[in-house]
Amino acid sequence: MTDALLTGDLPLPPRPDYLRHGVTLKSWLITTDHKRIAILYAITITIFFFMGGIAITLVRLELLTPNGWLLTSDTYNKLFSFHGIVMVWFFLVPSIPNTLGNFLLPLMIGAPDVAFPRLNLFSWYLTIAAGVLTVYALIAGGVDTGWTFYTPYSTMFSNSHVFAAASGVFVVGFASIATGVNFIATTHMLRAPGMTWFRLPLFVWAIYATSIVMVLATPVLAISLLLVIAERWLGLPIFNPANGGDPILFQHLFWFYSHPAVYIMVLPAMGVVSEIIPCFARRRIFGYDFMVYAMLVIAGIGFFVWGHHMFVSGQSPYANLIFSFLSFIIAVPSAIKVFNWTASLYRGQISFEAPMLYALGFVGLFTTGGLSGLFLASIPVDVHVTDTYFVVAHFHYIMVGGSVSAFFAGLHFWWPKITGKMYPESWSRFAAILMYAGFNMTFLPQFFAGYLGMPRRYHTYPPEFQIYNVMSSSGAAILALAYLLPLGYLAWSLYYGERAGKNPWGATGLEWTTFSPPPPKNFDWQPRVDRGPYDYHAEGQSAGLDPPEVQNARGVL
Amino acid sequence: MTDTSGLLREPWDNFERQRSAGKFGIWVFLASEVLFFGSLMLTYTVCRIDHPEAFAAAGRATNIWYGTINTAILLTSSLTMAVASQAATVGRVFRRLVIWCLAATASLGIAFLVVKAFEYKEDIEKHLVPSAGFALHDTGAQLFFGLYWLITGVHAVHLIIGIVLVSRLALLGYLQKLQIGEAPEIEVTALYWHLVDVIWIFLYPLIYLPGRAS
Repeated sequence: MTDALLTGDLPLPPRPDYLRHGVTLKSWLITTDHKRIAILYAITITIFFFMGGIAITLVRLELLTPNGWLLTSDTYNKLFSFHGIVMVWFFLVPSIPNTLGNFLLPLMIGAPDVAFPRLNLFSWYLTIAAGVLTVYALIAGGVDTGWTFYTPYSTMFSNSHVFAAASGVFVVGFASIATGVNFIATTHMLRAPGMTWFRLPLFVWAIYATSIVMVLATPVLAISLLLVIAERWLGLPIFNPANGGDPILFQHLFWFYSHPAVYIMVLPAMGVVSEIIPCFARRRIFGYDFMVYAMLVIAGIGFFVWGHHMFVSGQSPYANLIFSFLSFIIAVPSAIKVFNWTASLYRGQISFEAPMLYALGFVGLFTTGGLSGLFLASIPVDVHVTDTYFVVAHFHYIMVGGSVSAFFAGLHFWWPKITGKMYPESWSRFAAILMYAGFNMTFLPQFFAGYLGMPRRYHTYPPEFQIYNVMSSSGAAILALAYLLPLGYLAWSLYYGERAGKNPWGATGLEWTTFSPPPPKNFDWQPRVDRGPYDYHAEGQSAGLDPPEVQNARGVL
Repeated sequence: MTDTSGLLREPWDNFERQRSAGKFGIWVFLASEVLFFGSLMLTYTVCRIDHPEAFAAAGRATNIWYGTINTAILLTSSLTMAVASQAATVGRVFRRLVIWCLAATASLGIAFLVVKAFEYKEDIEKHLVPSAGFALHDTGAQLFFGLYWLITGVHAVHLIIGIVLVSRLALLGYLQKLQIGEAPEIEVTALYWHLVDVIWIFLYPLIYLPGRAS
């Protein structure tokens, strides 16, 4: 009896969950509920994702032939710049932290909301304002600097809408900082009784490490863009060589943010995967402490490797050596994570639901991206492949193959919790496999094209590279389909999906102890924690069999 | 025990915890601000190492009187802010002192901006805005003044935000709408104000002192 009382299993009077708590548009626009703000973010980034996707679709169509048949070089430059700016700052950076992170962080630590709920909503409005500025830059005629805004081109020569685009990124940076401050304070101050630091789920650790990077790196991006804006708009010369300025200084400032930004994008992905793999292998995570330290080390060393983006910029060879060394070092904690995920599968009861397929896809693609990163950390190889498609392939393996796969993994895994409905399993597995295949078909040929010398950012190329580009473009078509499918079947599941119980996966973690979808204040009782995370079996033993109802739900029987 | 139930906000169930979260949050934000101004100062440092002579000449072209007066004003404002913050912890006993000190802090902030406006006016008249008719001819002097306008401008924006926040607190206190002993706003605002002040303490030698010693 007391158990049922403690876990809230007694029949309660029906009351609205967070989705039905208020139904008007206004109730959404002034909400301070972290779960609703997560939904607002999810809608926003989905729109941006498809905007950036349309831009790159045109680029990939253009690259089908060597001589340019669809776009002028000018339009081509503007399209890939828009793609980069939107995908990095309006999709990838906010993707997992602001949707899944916003939704799950308070639930996972047993809190009713984030520490500063109004700041959370403010951050969303900043994102919208920034998005409007960036889209204005596109509508007004576009920006052609690439997502990196390199000087002196961006300050002295570009005749496009650098001001609007840079302002958009400047503003969205403050949304990022606000979110980071909020998440750090939440993790420190709002953990439920018994939720000690080393009982935190790895997803919470990942969001925490990400927030630290956001808070400390984003202001430097803001300044680098502010300097570009000031030089273009007010004529204050900082990077202009005619006045003694140093254009390379911009690259240092920019990459001081933009390299850690890679970890803003990939650390949350690691967190998602660390939740999913134990659940579908029915295993404790292998080496929990090492997983935590590895994430913190990645976040820390990530601040000291920015120079590897600048090996050919003329910086001192000694600086090159140190940056190269540190870039190799950061592979160590990344490898620890990959080995630990793999080791977590050992002697597990593995089943291949869609989230698990996406998560395993993440491990493979992240490993490929990471290993190709070692090539780029090595100066002689980097000099050869700088500004080629090898680099493009490398960072897409990390950012798209890694982060986006993990985003879809998390979206499917927590979809029952977020919406209260199950997604259609067969369709989802199909989409997951299609995404993996489409992704590799798109980006694997780019490693070869880049290694053979095809430079990035040109809209024409020598005909011998056509074979790789045709492969890549056809892969992109498959990939596009794989991205559109979830939009369809997840929307379908909202209306026709099976109702999900509290814990359809038999997963550990506080978020699975409350209702699906959760009530407005998350828990109807005060959660208490008396054990570590991933308590899937007794310590030191292999995965046991689940209770029959869980096995049934997971299709194991 | 004073009643703090009116100050309790979502998602907190304990006012002390809410209060320390506010303080903790502002400290994290200040860390972010340090990187914000830090990267401007780094840019300054790199340019100065490239052009030591030009930076000395440009530093001499600034008006040290305005800068020194403003430093004194801002340091005094931090004193009044600190007094307000400390007095507020005692509670309602020092209510008038808290309000007066907050008002004095905001006024000193405005005084700083007025002095700054006079300085800007003089700089414009002396053609110290980087452009074709710039007054100094050393390569690199325009970099100094480019950064001068940008850094002091960004600092002024921070100060204006601070003045708005402090004035609001003074007004709420005067209208009896602020629970002075308990409300966490005073301490949080004070921390922000002190940071803006500390940044100026770094800016003063960077802007006004180069080239004056020898």
